[in-house]
Amino acid sequence: MLEIRDLHASIQGKEVLKGIDLEVRAGEVHALMGPNGSGKSTLANVLVGREGYEVTKGEVLYQGENLLTLSVEERARAGIFLAFQYPIEIPGVSNGYFIRAAVNAQRSARGEDEIDAFDFLTIVKQKMADLGMKPELLDRSVNEGFSGGEKKRNEVLQMSLLEPTLALLDETDSGLDIDALKMVAAGVNALRSPERGFLIVTHYQRLLDYIVPDHTHVIVDGRIVKSGDRQLALELEERGYGWIQQQLEGGAA
Amino acid sequence: MSDQPNAEIEALANREYEAGFVTEIEQDTVPPGLDEDVIRTISAKKSEPEWLLEWRLKAYRRWLEMREEDARWAKVRYDPIDFQAISYFSAPKKKPKLESLDEVDPEILETFNKLGIPLDEQKILSGVAVDAVFDSVSVATTFKKKLGELGILFMPFSEAVQEHPDLVRKYLGSVVPYSDNFYATLNSAVFTDGSFVYIPKGVRCPMELSTYFRINEANTGQFERTLIVADDDSYVSYLEGCTAPMRDENQLHAAVVELVALDRARIKYSTVQNWYPGDVNGVGGIYNFVTKRGACRGDDSQISWTQVETGSAITWKYPSCILQGDRSVGEFYSVAVTNNCQQADTGTKMIHLGRDTRSTIISKGISAGRGEQSYRGLVEIHQRASGARNYSQCDSLLIGDRCGAHTFPYIDARNASAIVEHEATTSKISDDQLFYCRQRGIDPEDAVSMVVNGFCKEVFRELPMEFAVEASKLLAVTLEGAVG
Repeated sequence: MLEIRDLHASIQGKEVLKGIDLEVRAGEVHALMGPNGSGKSTLANVLVGREGYEVTKGEVLYQGENLLTLSVEERARAGIFLAFQYPIEIPGVSNGYFIRAAVNAQRSARGEDEIDAFDFLTIVKQKMADLGMKPELLDRSVNEGFSGGEKKRNEVLQMSLLEPTLALLDETDSGLDIDALKMVAAGVNALRSPERGFLIVTHYQRLLDYIVPDHTHVIVDGRIVKSGDRQLALELEERGYGWIQQQLEGGAA
Repeated sequence: MSDQPNAEIEALANREYEAGFVTEIEQDTVPPGLDEDVIRTISAKKSEPEWLLEWRLKAYRRWLEMREEDARWAKVRYDPIDFQAISYFSAPKKKPKLESLDEVDPEILETFNKLGIPLDEQKILSGVAVDAVFDSVSVATTFKKKLGELGILFMPFSEAVQEHPDLVRKYLGSVVPYSDNFYATLNSAVFTDGSFVYIPKGVRCPMELSTYFRINEANTGQFERTLIVADDDSYVSYLEGCTAPMRDENQLHAAVVELVALDRARIKYSTVQNWYPGDVNGVGGIYNFVTKRGACRGDDSQISWTQVETGSAITWKYPSCILQGDRSVGEFYSVAVTNNCQQADTGTKMIHLGRDTRSTIISKGISAGRGEQSYRGLVEIHQRASGARNYSQCDSLLIGDRCGAHTFPYIDARNASAIVEHEATTSKISDDQLFYCRQRGIDPEDAVSMVVNGFCKEVFRELPMEFAVEASKLLAVTLEGAVG
C-alpha cells in the first residue's frame, strides 16, 4: 500500500533524507530504527505532509496514487494516521469534541453520515477503559495538562477510533513506563489486521518486545542501511548503533 | 498567508456578510443636517413632553462646545466625520403606533425573518421576547402582554416616554450624563428610539429579553438609547444584536446604554455585534461608537457585560460598571475579532466605590488580516472601597503576521486593602495546532475555528445558549479566509 522510492527531503535547505526506499504492504508491521538525528521522524512527517519538510527528489505511492500532491487533511482522510511524538495541546477544546470532529470529518469525506453522539460516547468510553484512560480525559482540553503517558494513550485512542489504513507511530514509546507501554502496545496489537499497515519509528527496541514487527529497518544518516526481521532489532539492542556504523565503514573500506 | 486574486477576495467578502441586503421600503427621513430645529422635529414626531425636549437641547448646546478630537483617545484611525451630512431621523412610513404584529409592514417583518429574528409570537418556541428597532424606530415588541402580567415593562423607548414618564425621567442620564463624552452627548440630543426595561421588585424575568437593531437607510445614523432598571431583588438577562446592509460609505452608530441595578438585583447584558464591517479593503462599514455603562447602585447588586464583537469597521466601546453598593459585583467578558481592515478599541472600566466590591475582566482579542485591536481597561479603586478585588485577564490571539494587538490596562488603587490582579498574554495561532487538527482529517478552516473557539471558551460560556451558537458561527464567518 505504501511504496517509497529514492525519497530525498530537506528541512530549511538541509538534506535529511538522502534516498529512502521502503515498501509496506497491507497487514505488515515495519519497525524503523535509528540513532538520534538519523531522519526517522522526518520520514514520518514527510509522509503526512507536515509544513517545513521539502521533498527534493523521489516519489511516494499510497494505494497506487501519488501521495505527495495531497494536502495534509486529504492524506488523513485517505487513511494515514500519525501518532505524534509530542502530541499538541489545544486549550479550551474538549478532547471528546475534538475526536468526534475528526471522526466526523473523515466520515463525511467518505460520504457517510455523522456518528450519533450517544453511539460515539459509548464507543469512546469503552476504548478509553481498554487503554486504562480516566474517563474525565474526555472532558478536559485536548492534551492540556495530560501526563506524558496520558498523551500517548490519547494518540492510540484516536488511532483506534479513526481506524486508519496506514498507521505511523513516531516514538510512541518515549516517556512511557512499562505498564503504560504494555497498554499502548496492546492497543496497537488490537488494531493489527490484514488490511492495515504499520510503520513504527523508534529509538529503542523495547516497544518491539510487545509489538512484534514483520520487518525491521535501520536508518542512518538519511538512508536505510540495513533491513531484516525481528532479529535485527534484537541484535541492535545488544550491539548498539555503533555496530552498524562499523559494518558500514568496514564495507566501504 | 497568500494573496489571492482580487475577484476571489471580493466573492469571499460578499459571501461573508450575509446580512448585507437593503430592504425597499418607504421611509420618513429628515434631511441631513443638525440644528435645534432638527431636534425639535424629532421630539415633535415622537410627541415628547417638554422636559425631554429641554434635556435634548441642553445636550445639543453642550455638544456644540465639545470637540470630536477629545473623543479620540482610542488607537483607531478614521477621517473626520461630517455631522451635517448625516440624517438624524429615519422611520418606516406607517402608523405611528402599532397595536399588534399584524400592523407591521410585511417588508420589515420579512427583513427580520431573513435575519433569523422570530417576531411572530406564534412561532416562538425559544422563549425570547424581542424588541426590533429598524433604522430609528422600534417596530415590534413581542411577548409584551405576558411580561406585563409580571409587571415587567419591556417596550420601545419612545413608548416608555409616553406611558411611564416618571420612571424614564428618574433614570435617564443618571448613569451616562448628557455631558459624558462627544458621542454620548450627541446621542442625548438626537436619540430616536431604543428599548426600555423595568423589572419590578422581587421579579425574576422568566425569559431572555432581546433587541435587534437594524440600520437600513443610507446616510442615516443610528442613535438608540437603552435603559434597563432592575429594582430590588430582581433579575433580567438582556440580549442585543445588530446588523446593517453593505454600503460603500461609513455609517455612524452612536448608542447609549444605561443599566441600573438596585439592592440585590442582577442584570446580565449580552451583545453580539455584527454591524457591516466594510469590505476587504476597508471601504464602508459602520463606525460603532457606543457608550455603555451600568450602575450597581444597590448593595449586593451585580452587572455582567458579555460582548462578542465581530462586525463594524471601527469599534469603540467600553461597557463599564460603577460599583456603588457594598459587595456589588461587576463582570466584563469580551471577545473581539478584527479581520481585513477592521479596527477595535474596546475594554471596560470598573469603578469600585463600595466596600468589598468585586470585578472580573476577561478579554479575548483575535486579530487576523490587517486587523488592529486594543484592549483598554481601567480599574479604579476609591478610598472608601476597602476589601475591593479585581481580576483582569487579557489574552490576544494573532492570525497571520499583518495584524496587531495592544493592551492598555490602567489601574488606579487608592485603598491599601484592595487586591488587583492583571494577567495578559499574546499568542499566535500555532501551526502545530492546525497541523494536528488537519492530520486528523479536519478541514483547515474548521481547525482555525475550533482553536479560536477554544480560545474564547471562557467568554462564550457566559452567553445564553442560542447566542453562544450564533456567536461561534459568526466567529467562523468573520475569520473565513483568514488562514490560507
